[in-house]
Amino acid sequence: MITARVWREKKPRYLNQIGRCKGCGRLFFPPRRVCDGCRGREIETRAMSETGRVLTYTIIRVAPPAFAQEVPYAVAVLEMDDGARMLTQVTDVAPEDIRTGMRVRLEFRKIRQHGRTGVIAYGHKAVPE
Amino acid sequence: MRDVAVVGIGVMRFGELWETPLRDLCVNASLQAVEDAGVDRVDSIVVGSMACGLFTEQEHVAALAADYLGLGPVPATRVEAACASGGAALRAGFAEVASGLSDVVLVLGVEKMTDVSGDATTAGLATAAEQEYETFYGATFPGMSAMIARAYMERYHAAPEHLAAVAVKNHAHGALNPLAQFQNTITVDDVLQSVLVADPLHMLDCSPVSDGAAAVVLCSAETARRARKRPIRITGVGFATDTISLYRRPDLTRMAAVERAAKAAYAMARRAPGDIQVAEVHDGFTIMEICSIEELGFVPRGQGKDAAPSGLTALGGRIPVNPGGGLKARGHPVGATGVAQACEIVTQLRGEAGKRQVPGARIGLTQNMGGSAGSASVHIFEA
Ligand SMILES: [Zn+2]
Repeated sequence: MITARVWREKKPRYLNQIGRCKGCGRLFFPPRRVCDGCRGREIETRAMSETGRVLTYTIIRVAPPAFAQEVPYAVAVLEMDDGARMLTQVTDVAPEDIRTGMRVRLEFRKIRQHGRTGVIAYGHKAVPE
Repeated sequence: MRDVAVVGIGVMRFGELWETPLRDLCVNASLQAVEDAGVDRVDSIVVGSMACGLFTEQEHVAALAADYLGLGPVPATRVEAACASGGAALRAGFAEVASGLSDVVLVLGVEKMTDVSGDATTAGLATAAEQEYETFYGATFPGMSAMIARAYMERYHAAPEHLAAVAVKNHAHGALNPLAQFQNTITVDDVLQSVLVADPLHMLDCSPVSDGAAAVVLCSAETARRARKRPIRITGVGFATDTISLYRRPDLTRMAAVERAAKAAYAMARRAPGDIQVAEVHDGFTIMEICSIEELGFVPRGQGKDAAPSGLTALGGRIPVNPGGGLKARGHPVGATGVAQACEIVTQLRGEAGKRQVPGARIGLTQNMGGSAGSASVHIFEA
């Protein structure tokens, strides 16, 4: 059921909710039950920093059907100012102008539509800060 | 644990095999391996396949293989670890023989990828990444390796030419392998002028989409004495996992699962990287071979980029890597690859590799990985 699959992820995706291990401080996006640093299970949730930087990126030129209309588009690994990591698209900038280390800010955007159902899924994309 | 040997191999030429159904891929490679071994029975079948359901709408492929091989009612099960499914199946087969659960095991790797459109193949391969937090945002499988490549190039001052040299080398090797999907040589310029798939990776940095199967027959050392050819022992087995998500890796230039799997295999075989005389390494993308030979200990960190350009990893070099052409030129039917790598190393250690023979090779290694090294498998073989 694609609608269920989309809405059950809405807290991490809409609120940028991350988990933080109370034992060792490791951060997770999305939140998880078990820390892969210390195997601790006391995890608190909080919001991810909204600003950060590009650690690495690529320009996707061959995409699966859900994104075929959007090529070329940039995808990056981000490290946010609190240390949390995520992968998302970098937009509102020409892909060729993106650089490693570039400062970015997260904005709430439409991410994709799912197959024949057309269910729209939202989340955060990065834009230049 | 009992000693385990490879006594039979079967590998076909990979390619766009439109006339051959999935069941025949399974049967053709398996019959060749069983005949090569000269065994009169098989106790169990283990099949490695990443996504036969997505690519052909056929799950339950192990039972399909057993049935069409006429080997029912032997137990037959499938093992999956994305592109490392073949390596994972080899490990599972090894464990069956080593434990005494089975004496003769057929390990089959298979994938049929060209029945679906290129779009669907791209989407299918992307299932090796985290669906809800990587693929969801538009990341592709080549895109993951591209991000590793950029991180590596910026850290170690590598140029696109360094990556291209890996593809050039593996095509040169493939040109010597009558079973390679591509037997043409290419130049660095060819790679750099091919279309960009995901910057900085060009089309010729990527392994192809292929149909194919490969099989090996494993048995105990005692049963191996009755084999037709010289048994090749599997002396080291290692498998490790890492975060499935690339973005959670502390160092984006590392493939730590490969290092962990290699350490386990070296320890079990009581061997060191310097003992390895020939290796089949997972070059799904050129950057993967560069990172992998560092993790395997063949070269220091940061120097993987120089190995292909300097000839170190070419036939005739200190440590020939991918003499069979690698995934790049031999082809990459994903589930078949880990088993095809084993077939190449056994061929080398038997001294039957013809024009691509590494002279006098007695110790070889295979390394297979799934996703962006979320899974990694290493096996050591000795004549
Ligand atoms: Zn922890």
